[in-house]
Amino acid sequence: MTTEDFNRVSRRTILGASAAICAAPAATAAVPASAAKKPGAQGLLPVTLKVNGKHLHLDLDPRTTLLDALREHLRLTGTKKGCDHGQCGACTVIVEGRRINSCLTLAVMHDGESVTTIEGLGTPEKLHPMQKAFVVHDGYQCGYCTPGQICSAVAMLDEIAAGLPSHVTADLDKVRFSDAEVRERMSGNICRCAAYSNIVAAIRDVAEQDA
Amino acid sequence: MAECDPALRIAAKPSNAHDSARLHVSGAAGYVDDGAEPIDMLHLAFGQSEEAHARIAHMDLSAVRAAQGVVAVFTAADIPGANDVSPVAKDDRLLADGEVMCVGQALFLVVATSQRAARQAARLARISYEPRAACLTIAEARASSSFIEPTQRMARGDARAALSAAAHRVSGGFDIGGQDHFYLEGQIAIATPGEDGQVHILSSTQHPSEIQHLVAAMLNLSSADVTVEVRRMGGAFGGKETQAALFAAAAALAAHLTGRPTKFRCDRDDDMIITGKRHDFRIDYDVGFDDQGHILGLQLRLASRCGATVDLSPAINDRAMFHVDNCYWLPDIEIVSERLKTHTVSNTAFRGFGGPQGMLAIERIMDEVAAFLGRDPLDVRISNLYGPGRNVTPYDMVVADNIAPEIIARLRREGRYDERAASIEAFNAGSAILKKAIALTPVKFGISFTTTHLNQAGALVHVYADGSIQINHGGTEMGQGLYIKVAQVVADVFAVPVSQVRITATRTDKVPNTSATAASSGADLNGMAAHNAAMTIRDRLTAFLAQTFACAESEVAFAADGVVAGKEKLSFADLARRAHMGRISLSATGYYATPGIAYDRSTHKGRPFYYFAYGAALAEVAVDILTGEHRVLAVDIVHDVGRSLNPAIDLGQIEGAFIQGQGWLTTEELMFDAKGRLLTHSPATYKIPTASDRPRHFRISLWQDENLEPTIHRSKAVGEPPFSLANCVFSAIGRAIAAISPEKRSLPPLNAPATPENILRAVRGYRD
Repeated sequence: MTTEDFNRVSRRTILGASAAICAAPAATAAVPASAAKKPGAQGLLPVTLKVNGKHLHLDLDPRTTLLDALREHLRLTGTKKGCDHGQCGACTVIVEGRRINSCLTLAVMHDGESVTTIEGLGTPEKLHPMQKAFVVHDGYQCGYCTPGQICSAVAMLDEIAAGLPSHVTADLDKVRFSDAEVRERMSGNICRCAAYSNIVAAIRDVAEQDA
Repeated sequence: MAECDPALRIAAKPSNAHDSARLHVSGAAGYVDDGAEPIDMLHLAFGQSEEAHARIAHMDLSAVRAAQGVVAVFTAADIPGANDVSPVAKDDRLLADGEVMCVGQALFLVVATSQRAARQAARLARISYEPRAACLTIAEARASSSFIEPTQRMARGDARAALSAAAHRVSGGFDIGGQDHFYLEGQIAIATPGEDGQVHILSSTQHPSEIQHLVAAMLNLSSADVTVEVRRMGGAFGGKETQAALFAAAAALAAHLTGRPTKFRCDRDDDMIITGKRHDFRIDYDVGFDDQGHILGLQLRLASRCGATVDLSPAINDRAMFHVDNCYWLPDIEIVSERLKTHTVSNTAFRGFGGPQGMLAIERIMDEVAAFLGRDPLDVRISNLYGPGRNVTPYDMVVADNIAPEIIARLRREGRYDERAASIEAFNAGSAILKKAIALTPVKFGISFTTTHLNQAGALVHVYADGSIQINHGGTEMGQGLYIKVAQVVADVFAVPVSQVRITATRTDKVPNTSATAASSGADLNGMAAHNAAMTIRDRLTAFLAQTFACAESEVAFAADGVVAGKEKLSFADLARRAHMGRISLSATGYYATPGIAYDRSTHKGRPFYYFAYGAALAEVAVDILTGEHRVLAVDIVHDVGRSLNPAIDLGQIEGAFIQGQGWLTTEELMFDAKGRLLTHSPATYKIPTASDRPRHFRISLWQDENLEPTIHRSKAVGEPPFSLANCVFSAIGRAIAAISPEKRSLPPLNAPATPENILRAVRGYRD
């Protein structure tokens, strides 16, 4: 919780500062996003991320979100940009075992951390059990929210297993899998096609396999 | 009539997974934004109007041009040809030319080295406006007589006389809100200049051909110079039928003028501000009826906010009129439809295309009649259904396939409507604050574009010499499963597994002059066109086999274990190779035009629809009358899909449409301020249904009797019809509020969406 609050404050502060710089075009302190692509450009920070098991080094504009680092710099485009506001969940990835809206956090804040994206869970040829369950239960329509749903679901089951309660948990000492828990915990992942029944069924399927 | 070959065995279909299933779940399905970007790619953003209605006195773009990363800034003066991105009326400007008509309208186009640079630079413009009077609401536009087209009238009999003669008469009205599409993948296009002035556009669009034509006119090119491609969309729901053109045209203009590839990836907030939405409506009615609740006379006024330009509003409002009858016989009726021009974003297609608003109007009237008579609303609905001798719509089309009574009866029985209604009444008697209610509403949705000439489609099928098959058609894939449905149709023709069929991206250079993938028509039209193409090839193969093996054509059969010709049997791959050696063409186009439809818009009479799709839904809700919150407790649905092409995909469409409809009627509220600025421009302030909003009990049954009309395998369209099943939620919420004063013989003044605020207003209004 505190980490998330910190993320939000940080991002807004930084964006606010950059907007102020832009309002005065004569200022030279502005670091354009494109600078990240130019070797030797000023203002870049070195970052090391362990993405899907591989250690990767990047020099990034510190304002670069984790989402943009994945999509624009590492070409891992399975993670989607839906709203870029942390409201739709399409950009969900797993960082250090916890699901996170990658659009709401800066890549430089995760230096040295381990990131799992949809590509790291499985491939079309070798699907993760959650990916397989989404296929079996038709847990998507347009597919755009699907990578986020699946990353979210995988980490969400771990949260239940770890005994973390949710808003609908009746007994805080007994956190158990239920459809109600899934619906509550997955409510940060919008599916505009509303394949929710099938998404919940897929997650239940995996939870029962694990049980 | 190319129905389907009776020899084809097309019995129970396996519900093949979506064609991109394995790619979707592994992040390997490519959307427009996912491809690698060329090193010289440029990114785009619009400068947007801050005024709802104004003359642009002066645009100082010097700071924009000077901003870091900016390569070029274009205005209307830079457009070589037509400054037009409209579907019909030629009134949507790519870039404003002297005047702005709504907040967010594109004024100029910034071309920069990154999206961020383009967006930041766009804010540096200094625009001087001379504001003009703006109409923002339906009421303001009506007061100013501001219309996008003349008010339309659809009538039968003498509604006024029937109203006077009726035993009972009630008048009333309510507001219906709009809806943002919120396709998860926002508007996006990539344009790449080609040789000799050509341009290729990758666009997230439901209507590649329209973009092709608009871009050609904009750049003074021919249609043959412009290619538009779309493999898949991350959702569309009507929001990419006309609205995608703005972004695609901007990308094409910048590519044309800079000679470099360009990408326009619209920011989400900008997207919600710039693009049109579902029309909001004001409904007013005067209804006359007898003691049993039979409606005898109805005068209905439908007024919609069309926004600043025409877009598709005439057809959308026509469809609202077409659906006012829903499943009911309305003998003497007058529908007046006002299409109001306002200085807000131009409203556009959205799943149902006006139909849902028309149906909600008549369902409200049914509830009003039931409340007045103190009868069960379902009984009033049933007594008004179409039936023998009373089966003609207000636009003079005969309802030949009326299965609504049977569907309603089945749902009433299986959903235990009467038993639950009784127990809810007992619950409410003992509960002062929580009130429950149940409602069952039917749906009848007309299938076809009401603009008759749009009901055509083309397809292209190739059989390669190794026996693999490639298909292409004019329909676009937005998650609705069109590609896999059409692939299955083609696979069946050759009796090969669907995995042998490669589905390819929709492209204007493969199948030309296509209609939008809209009006739920995708599978009906493209499935039949692809079937016809495949049959052409199969007929050639049959003749070749008969000749080669000296048998009769009737002795040739395509089966799952091989192709039989007389006494010979060979694999499909072997056949393909032999046919190629035998110089048989293995490629064919197919075409389909919906038969039997004709409509005269000047009189609003005719047969605009090929057939109807039906359904019914039952919702149980609980409302907290102190907080205005509600919950949808249980939903049961029976929905008609004809003989389904893919039951699993159809179930998904029904569930998704219902929840989207539920969102429209409950949580999704668009708010504009007094200056015409949209306040709800992100999912932070605009509440889209989530997994926790799905009713806990949610049961869907398919009604799988074959279509009366010879559609592809006698299936029925399924994209839009189930959206209006959610009307039962709105009806139930109104009934739950009414339970605070069971003795009253009227309806609470509830407007849609039934947000907590609107529910509390209705509670207060009902008490007073």
